[in-house]
Amino acid sequence: METQLANTSVDVNEEGYLTNFAQWTPAVAEAIANSLNITLTPRHWDVIKYLQNEYKNDSPLSIRKIGKSGVVDIKEFYQLFPNAPLKAATKIAGIPKPASCI
Amino acid sequence: MKHIVILGAGTAGTMMANHLKHELNLHEWDISIIDERKEHHYQPGYLFLPFDIYSPEDIIKSITEFIPKGVNFINESIDKVVAENNTVLLTNGTAIPYDILIIATGAKIAPEETTGMKGAEWHRSVFDFYTFEGALALRNKLRDWTGGNLVVHITEMPIKCPVAPLEFAFLADSYFKHKNMRDKVNITFVTPLSGAFTKPKSTEALQHLLDEKHISIVSDFAIQEVDNENKKIIDYSGKEVPFDVLVTVPTNKGDAVMERSGLGDELNYVPTNRATLQSKEHENIFVIGDASNIPASKAGSVAHFEAEILTENILHYIKGEPLKEEFDGHANCFIETGNGKALLIDFNYTHEPVEGTFPFPGVGPLRLLKESRMNHMGKLAFRWIYWNMLLKGTHIPFVSATMQESGKHFD
Repeated sequence: METQLANTSVDVNEEGYLTNFAQWTPAVAEAIANSLNITLTPRHWDVIKYLQNEYKNDSPLSIRKIGKSGVVDIKEFYQLFPNAPLKAATKIAGIPKPASCI
Repeated sequence: MKHIVILGAGTAGTMMANHLKHELNLHEWDISIIDERKEHHYQPGYLFLPFDIYSPEDIIKSITEFIPKGVNFINESIDKVVAENNTVLLTNGTAIPYDILIIATGAKIAPEETTGMKGAEWHRSVFDFYTFEGALALRNKLRDWTGGNLVVHITEMPIKCPVAPLEFAFLADSYFKHKNMRDKVNITFVTPLSGAFTKPKSTEALQHLLDEKHISIVSDFAIQEVDNENKKIIDYSGKEVPFDVLVTVPTNKGDAVMERSGLGDELNYVPTNRATLQSKEHENIFVIGDASNIPASKAGSVAHFEAEILTENILHYIKGEPLKEEFDGHANCFIETGNGKALLIDFNYTHEPVEGTFPFPGVGPLRLLKESRMNHMGKLAFRWIYWNMLLKGTHIPFVSATMQESGKHFD
């Protein structure tokens, strides 16, 4: 479905994740972050860029992997994106919610 | 003579030894299987041991009993694989060259990955039930436990048999009811997932069962540490859950041999093509069961379905033919729900578990995603099937390696 974010029209799924990464812009990220009550700082952007890069490499994401990435440790990851950080961070980064490994 | 070597004589490796012995020309091929253990454990039985439903004799048999004649069993520990030289090095220094290697080294718990988990309370009030020792220690604890907070906990995904922790919670409810002390026990299910399970339709059905059994759930819990002194688990966001008995599923990892060999990912799982089961790095290495990184359940049923497809692909590989991209992630799992009932789920990479009938569309006799006594009988019968059919690589009648869509109620 289509929605308005940062005055642009973007396609999202029922959980609010962008379905077309080409529509992502830093302004869209700010808008999603606002809706989650997160104010983006340079540290947030480090994480977002890392996540987007991993996504482009088709590399599956997990909290463990982010903790070992050297970009951020798990404690700080939780401080930056409280409660469910991987879900919030991927949403802001405009990439799909990581599938739970079954 | 050419040589095919299987690493690991657990569920997947033993099945492959049996399949290959029947399919390969034994005048051209030697088959070896390497494992340091003396025993073969029926791992699904670990779930029943803490509740005195199974005894140790139901779970343990000799490892050699299931290795077919004509297959060379090497009862030694593995140092590492040197893939560049097509060689396996044993800890005793022996080098074993191979033409084809099958990795079936499985997954194991790694409690040391979580701060405090393997601390002073390990196997005193903090237990696992993914090892024989853990399940037995837990049985002895529960036999004379007088009640309090029982916390059933998953550290992180992926884990072997992702439904087992829920089954544990359901069976605990049933166990304490029968001991007339359910009112003295609070059961809490703590998970890093957002709900009871990884797939939406089954999460709904399982959440309903949790409510019915008065089991509370704490979701999105990413554990930071086990506090042994104050008996609580703490997550990265500061959430705390107190326990008197903690039954945890620690981080699961592939075998350390894969790490030493440089073949594993960050959890020691081997990157594997999810449709052909060939290693992504080396064309003469194949991976089956829990050892791979494919996004399928780490479950015996998955290894069974994989074994049928991998056997065909190894024959294709030997003949120089293209591999079949056939494995669809098919899994089929009974979920014990307590009081002599069980659910059954059947799913693959693309289709989540839904309601329906199995294995005969529209007939059953097993019902998908619904509690029934018949499903429970199926689960108990499965132990016999495991020892007598599954390990021997016998095809289970009416159950195909790829998932059937008929008989299922997709939206």
